[in-house]
Amino acid sequence: MAAPVLRLGCPGTRWALAWVGSGFHHRRGASIGSTSNPTREQSAVTQKPLHTAQKPRKGEHKWEAVVGLEIHAQISSNSKLFSGSQVCFSAPPNSLVSFFDASLPGTLPVLNRRCVEAAVMTGLALNCHINKKSLFDRKHYFYADLPAGYQITQQRLPIAVNGSLVYSVWGGKKRSQMVSRTVRIKQIQLEQDSGKSLHDDLRAQTLIDLNRAGVGLLEVVLEPDLSCGEEAATVVRELQLILQALGTSQANMSEGQLRVDANVSVHHPGEPLGIRTEVKNLNSIRFLAKAIDFEIQRQINELETGGEILNETRSFDCQLGCTVPMRDKEGKQDYRFMPEPNLPPLVLYDTTSLPAGADSQQVINIDQIRDTLPELPSVTRERLVQLYGLLPEHSFTLLNEVGLLEFFQNVIKETRAEPKKVANWVLNTFLGYLKQQNLAVSESPVSPSALAELLNLLDSKAISSSAAKQVFQELWSAEGKTAAQVVSEQKLELMQDLEALDRLCLSTMEGHPQVVMDVKKGNSRAINKLIGLVRKATLSRADPALIKDILEKRLRS
Amino acid sequence: MGSKINELRGQKVSAALKQGQITPTELCRKCLSLIQKTKFLNAYITVSEEVALKQAEESEKRYKKGQSLGDLDGIPIAVKDNFSTSGIETTCASNMLKGYVPPYNATVVQKLLDQGALLMGKTNLDEFAMGSGSTDGVFGPVKNPWSYSKQYREKKQQNPHGESEDSNWLITGGSSGGSAAAVSTFTCFAALGSDTGGSTRNPAAHCGLVGFKPSYGLVSRHGLIPLVNSMDVPGILTRYVDDTAIVLDILAGHDPRDSTTVQEPVKSFILPTLTDVSKLCIGIPKEYLVPELSSEVRSLWSKAADLFESEGAKVIEVSLPHTCYSIICYHVLCTSEVASNMARFDGLEYGHRCDINVSTEAMYAATRREGFNDVVRGRILSGNFFLLKENYENYFIKAQKVRRLIANDFVNVFNSGVDVLLTPTTLREAVPYLEFIKEDNRTRSAQDDIFTQAVNMAGLPAVSIPVSLSSEGLPIGLQFIGRAFCDQQLLTVAKWFEKQVQFPVIQLPQLLDDCSLSLENEKLASTSLKQ
Repeated sequence: MAAPVLRLGCPGTRWALAWVGSGFHHRRGASIGSTSNPTREQSAVTQKPLHTAQKPRKGEHKWEAVVGLEIHAQISSNSKLFSGSQVCFSAPPNSLVSFFDASLPGTLPVLNRRCVEAAVMTGLALNCHINKKSLFDRKHYFYADLPAGYQITQQRLPIAVNGSLVYSVWGGKKRSQMVSRTVRIKQIQLEQDSGKSLHDDLRAQTLIDLNRAGVGLLEVVLEPDLSCGEEAATVVRELQLILQALGTSQANMSEGQLRVDANVSVHHPGEPLGIRTEVKNLNSIRFLAKAIDFEIQRQINELETGGEILNETRSFDCQLGCTVPMRDKEGKQDYRFMPEPNLPPLVLYDTTSLPAGADSQQVINIDQIRDTLPELPSVTRERLVQLYGLLPEHSFTLLNEVGLLEFFQNVIKETRAEPKKVANWVLNTFLGYLKQQNLAVSESPVSPSALAELLNLLDSKAISSSAAKQVFQELWSAEGKTAAQVVSEQKLELMQDLEALDRLCLSTMEGHPQVVMDVKKGNSRAINKLIGLVRKATLSRADPALIKDILEKRLRS
Repeated sequence: MGSKINELRGQKVSAALKQGQITPTELCRKCLSLIQKTKFLNAYITVSEEVALKQAEESEKRYKKGQSLGDLDGIPIAVKDNFSTSGIETTCASNMLKGYVPPYNATVVQKLLDQGALLMGKTNLDEFAMGSGSTDGVFGPVKNPWSYSKQYREKKQQNPHGESEDSNWLITGGSSGGSAAAVSTFTCFAALGSDTGGSTRNPAAHCGLVGFKPSYGLVSRHGLIPLVNSMDVPGILTRYVDDTAIVLDILAGHDPRDSTTVQEPVKSFILPTLTDVSKLCIGIPKEYLVPELSSEVRSLWSKAADLFESEGAKVIEVSLPHTCYSIICYHVLCTSEVASNMARFDGLEYGHRCDINVSTEAMYAATRREGFNDVVRGRILSGNFFLLKENYENYFIKAQKVRRLIANDFVNVFNSGVDVLLTPTTLREAVPYLEFIKEDNRTRSAQDDIFTQAVNMAGLPAVSIPVSLSSEGLPIGLQFIGRAFCDQQLLTVAKWFEKQVQFPVIQLPQLLDDCSLSLENEKLASTSLKQ
């Protein structure tokens, strides 16, 4: 359909004021105007120590928070869940809309095989039981960006159930150890995405873009096993990594490919669960953590001052840093679920149940998908620890930063330096520079080869480690130069001329007789002063160990 | 000696076209002229004259080159106005879709056009096919052509009731009444209807036609604007069983755009001529003998059973014990799906939109109030009630369970060795409009669907065959119900029966006088059998 932007309402009328509220704009996290850099959204949440938001102050009655998440991940596929239209982020409005997507009367849904495979794959990766028969349902509500008046979802019998996700947090007495925890996954269901409403306050109209309408979503429902914002953030980050490793979703939060709603309640340990609120509009992991922690504290404050918690939907206002009730969610919603009559039950097979002579294009074999599962992040981390002797927390950082693992592995490929040393350089120096300048790995001015070359120079003792730092800084700011160029231009190579070094040692000793005397008197630390002086004289180009050797020889004689 | 268009079977016309006795354009013009003459019947909502003539021209070229596409090439057809037709307004007889021109063809429409059929127009119906009279559409009721037949008029003069002629016309039945009237008045040789609870078979019975409801899943619903997705099927209305088979042969089979269609390839539906019925077992469901059944229909039903028996068939009484719950169960399931299906009509993407723009909700409400009639709104309201969380178990789930029981009744009967069931199609012949509207749509639908509705619950094929004229000179039909996906067997039996009963042709002298085709009877006789 060559549909223009669909208009709702007329310009110049005042009705927009009547219903466009601040919370309204960001329903279901469909934020349009996000300006943040997508690659920077995915920061290393596991690096931070785990704070418990509701950590009781002394003398206070203890509160316990219960957090459950519902995560919507857009399936990475060429076409939509039930139609042939293309899926593409930021295409011109209404350019990717089939007759079905616009709900033209008489059109019928046709299930996209790729989406089913993605759901099975995700289910397997999350240790779910895959239902060999699942069903589709209609969930009804009127909204301008839901053309059919209902969403096709899997309410009664979803494709995958009863899974689990293992994640790691800082724990132990000093919060210095990585501790594994598990969150249970209730179910994964296939469903349609909605379109987008763009509210134009200036012209008092709403514009509808149906490009997203009908895109396949995986709704991952977690059991309420979490207790704070950071924990939720860690889980979401881990899920994001898994989805990306599987290729089942790009899971980019700022592009809305991953949307998280949080159910939050508080209660006293041993007492029944409190009334929960649902927090929506969480379009980054950082905001997710903030919103949950705010909501926990708000509920505690509310209850402690004699107030009550309403079972309501709240939106996170990222500017104010607080949650506010969503106006369009007021009133009782009854979704009037009904079986989708146009889709027969979704039947999956495994190798034992596969009918003989079945056309492999017509059936989906769970076992076959299991065999093609790629390495999952937890396995990758373990492999890094085993293979390179890295610390577990380093393996987390390498995976959490987009592109960092690949960068690390590319450096490893081209250098003789020890992997541990490479990891230190990548995680401390390299990542430090990136963070300082707020850059993504892909935006780094230093290539893996350049860093590898630098590390090779260091490894062959051609330069000192302090010179290496200097070279790195130079590489960062002067793009295009190689490490060797920088070293030779700035004369940073270690002095290989022993005689010259010997002469420098001698002249330094002669210039500082008092220090020499101290050494000879048995002040062992005095030699460090001499070493420092010699290094200064060499413009830091000599290996301190070598200087020490020479000095010691001279002092003995 | 000339042969009249009304005596032609689709098959014979096809042969005549092949032999050049008549050209597609001539045929098309005849039909267009008949459409003009029968305009007062209100059978068509849209007459696609230009499209039809253009198609006829194309068809003519093919015939001249000897490259006819098949039996349907150049044959005029009509399509109920709840099938999507590309570039041709599709209204569902509702304000909601007035002016809506779909950008695509329903699969069944496309298949007919691919065979060279000429699309004469879109036929009238009850709004969104909700009704059993074809009286509740926004374009007004359809009048039954038999109201104006010589057969009916003659009887009427014998028993004058004193009503004025014009106000006492009869309903066609529905909801595919427009399609029935269109075929019945020879403006086309076949028409598509839709059948959710009897909407094809009921008007077929009232208009003296063959009305066929295929097995659910045999014919694609893509492009059929839904009433009840789990029961809707495209229906076929023709004057003869063989013509139905020709059309079904084109329409049947898997459609990648409709996931509920059969996956397996289907066989040809062209019918053999049955000469021996002695191996058949005909079931007579005792629950269909209801007190409301008119004595004439009842006696005709009984005679039909006797006919089979006298020809050697085994005729047995069978029981479908849950049939009596069918209508109430249908009411819950139908309104629930209606509530859901109608949710898309919000005035945003297509169709009617009100002028109110205080808020989106106010716009929805006014659009839907203006767009739908009382019947549609009533069904939406009850459907939403049944789907409410607190009611779902008590109504929808229970209705689904009852539906399963109804379907199982049929399975049990067919498993006991019955090949085909024989039942009435309607309680009585068509009633006058003024009589019909004394009851509301819901009551009428409940009464009129009782013999046809259970079949949709079970997804079975069924066909109404015109049997004879009542004492009032109006058609009465009987229904055959077959096993799921045994559509060909069903139609084969129906064809045998059709031959035995020799239902008379409608006589519309004023209309058809000048519509004779210069075809020679001899030639037609020699070409009446398919090659």
